[in-house]
Amino acid sequence: MELPNIIGAGLIVIGAGYGLGKIGSSAMDAIARQPEAAGKIQTAMIIIGALLEGLAFGALILGK
Amino acid sequence: MDKLINDFSFGLFFWQFIILLVVVFVLGKFAWKPIVNALEAREEGIADALAAAENAKREMANLKADNEKLLVEARAERDALLKEAREIKDQMIADAKGEAEAQGQKLIAQAKAVIETEKAAAVSELKNQVSSISIEIAEKLLKDQLADKEAQSKLVEKMLDEVKLN
Amino acid sequence: MVTLKKSLNLLAAVIFTASSVFSYAQTNAQNLEKSIEETEQSVAETLEAAEEANHEHPIVEKTQAQKVQDHITHHLADDYSFVFFSDEAEGKNYGFSLPVILIDNGLKVFMSSEFDYGKKVVEKDGQFYKLYHGKIYKTDAAGTIDYDDTHHPTNEKPLDFSITKNVASLLFTTALIFVMFLGLAKTYKNGANNLPKGFARALEPMVLYVRDEMAIPNIGKDKYRKFMPYLLSVFFLIFLLNLLGLTPLGFNVTGSISVTACLAIFTFIITQFSANKDYWKHIFWMPGVPVPMKIMLAPIEILGALIKPFSLMVRLFANITAGHSVVFGLIAIIFVMKEALGTGGAIGIGFFLSTFLVFLEILVAFLQAFIFTMLSSLFIGMAVAEHEHDEAHH
Repeated sequence: MELPNIIGAGLIVIGAGYGLGKIGSSAMDAIARQPEAAGKIQTAMIIIGALLEGLAFGALILGK
Repeated sequence: MDKLINDFSFGLFFWQFIILLVVVFVLGKFAWKPIVNALEAREEGIADALAAAENAKREMANLKADNEKLLVEARAERDALLKEAREIKDQMIADAKGEAEAQGQKLIAQAKAVIETEKAAAVSELKNQVSSISIEIAEKLLKDQLADKEAQSKLVEKMLDEVKLN
Repeated sequence: MVTLKKSLNLLAAVIFTASSVFSYAQTNAQNLEKSIEETEQSVAETLEAAEEANHEHPIVEKTQAQKVQDHITHHLADDYSFVFFSDEAEGKNYGFSLPVILIDNGLKVFMSSEFDYGKKVVEKDGQFYKLYHGKIYKTDAAGTIDYDDTHHPTNEKPLDFSITKNVASLLFTTALIFVMFLGLAKTYKNGANNLPKGFARALEPMVLYVRDEMAIPNIGKDKYRKFMPYLLSVFFLIFLLNLLGLTPLGFNVTGSISVTACLAIFTFIITQFSANKDYWKHIFWMPGVPVPMKIMLAPIEILGALIKPFSLMVRLFANITAGHSVVFGLIAIIFVMKEALGTGGAIGIGFFLSTFLVFLEILVAFLQAFIFTMLSSLFIGMAVAEHEHDEAHH
């Protein structure tokens, strides 16, 4: 693995981590505001997280 | 990416394809469909049973209300009947009483009439007898005392007085 | 919790991708120490002897870290035999070999034991085959392998339909699913109100979960029934394969790109073939935008439709691969850090960390099956939805 790839992977992870953090915090806010909708919010959160994860993994694998 | 393409094995892909097809179709026919249908049927059954229970409950309530109404009606009817019966009874008693009284009165009147007639008959017979006896006596007396004219009339008078006293 | 898991997953992926860097570093450090035992040296030499004869490379000793790296790579790759464990000191492998099926001027079937783990060249009907780095190549009697500049073999490969380790695992898992769900289906034969007994009782809620959490909310109550066989098959296949991958049997089926590609292609085909007019209209002629935008959006939408299954494929593959690599790496702490921490300490740390990670992987096993099924039903639901909707295309 060469240096540019490693830096790219790091950037991907930073971006993905930031995105996941946003998703998580928004979901927490939403759950705190509407605890009765926690199940639905969690499912939506997991789906968005999975989409993001797919993107991140795709980038990591394409770059490898 | 190179590594991924390099790792791609057509054989494994082929087998996975076959196996997935088998799982989807064979298991679909013999397991997934029956399971999903059964779950649905059960859910429907539960929903139906709940609805039926609800219906039965409602019907039960209706029935109860009906029963109560009937009961009230029956009670009212019974009361009415009893009242009527009592009235009839009273009437009957009153009627019977009146009739009996009238009958008694009639009987008494009849008896009185009979007694009156009997009495009249007896009196008239007595009178007849008395008169015949008087005649006989008079005859005898006449026979006896016709000789004595004065004595005769005196006797007749005396006897008549006696008869009057009777 | 889930967010934490995701970040850990990503962390795992990073560790996985960066692991080769670490191993280089460790190689250098350990090369300096030169503290490898004699037996290991000789094993490494004998194992590489065949290769080294062909390569004209100087004989290099494999360090402990490199061996771990090799082992992980070997585990992640497919194999022609089922090896439960191997004795390096004696060069023996304990397991059983599986049939090799090649289509190359006719069908050729033989047991993989004839390769003797790559040490022998197999001759069938005048054609020579050699097993080299987990792949079968056509070769000559001497077993010559030619290389290109990047050290990849250029020998021709025969069409390979072998029952490899992954195929055998797949067959085993499929048999397990058949036993489980035919049993469950049998309980309903005498009326739907028959409750399942024993193990089947645990399966019923999962079927309900797939139906109520994935199929019905995403596809809709009128149309979900048609897709249930596929969704249930995929869910339980992935879940079971993931779980069995965590057992010491050494399955890595969902962590191989061919399998996930096949699953993703299934989802793609089902999505395209069940799509209604609305869906195609959204792709080729997006309603409600000006004409130039329609022309611009069409390629993007087509690309989106292709990226969806690609992301499904990569997500499952990468999650499972990353999980397996990290579990193996943590177990390898026991061997790599033996000198730094002492035997007991290395075993303790390795054991603790890998146990923790295996628990996480159980969650991942379920979550990936859930996500795959969920997204499949989401894509199918998008394709069959009747009404105009404005969900975010990605």
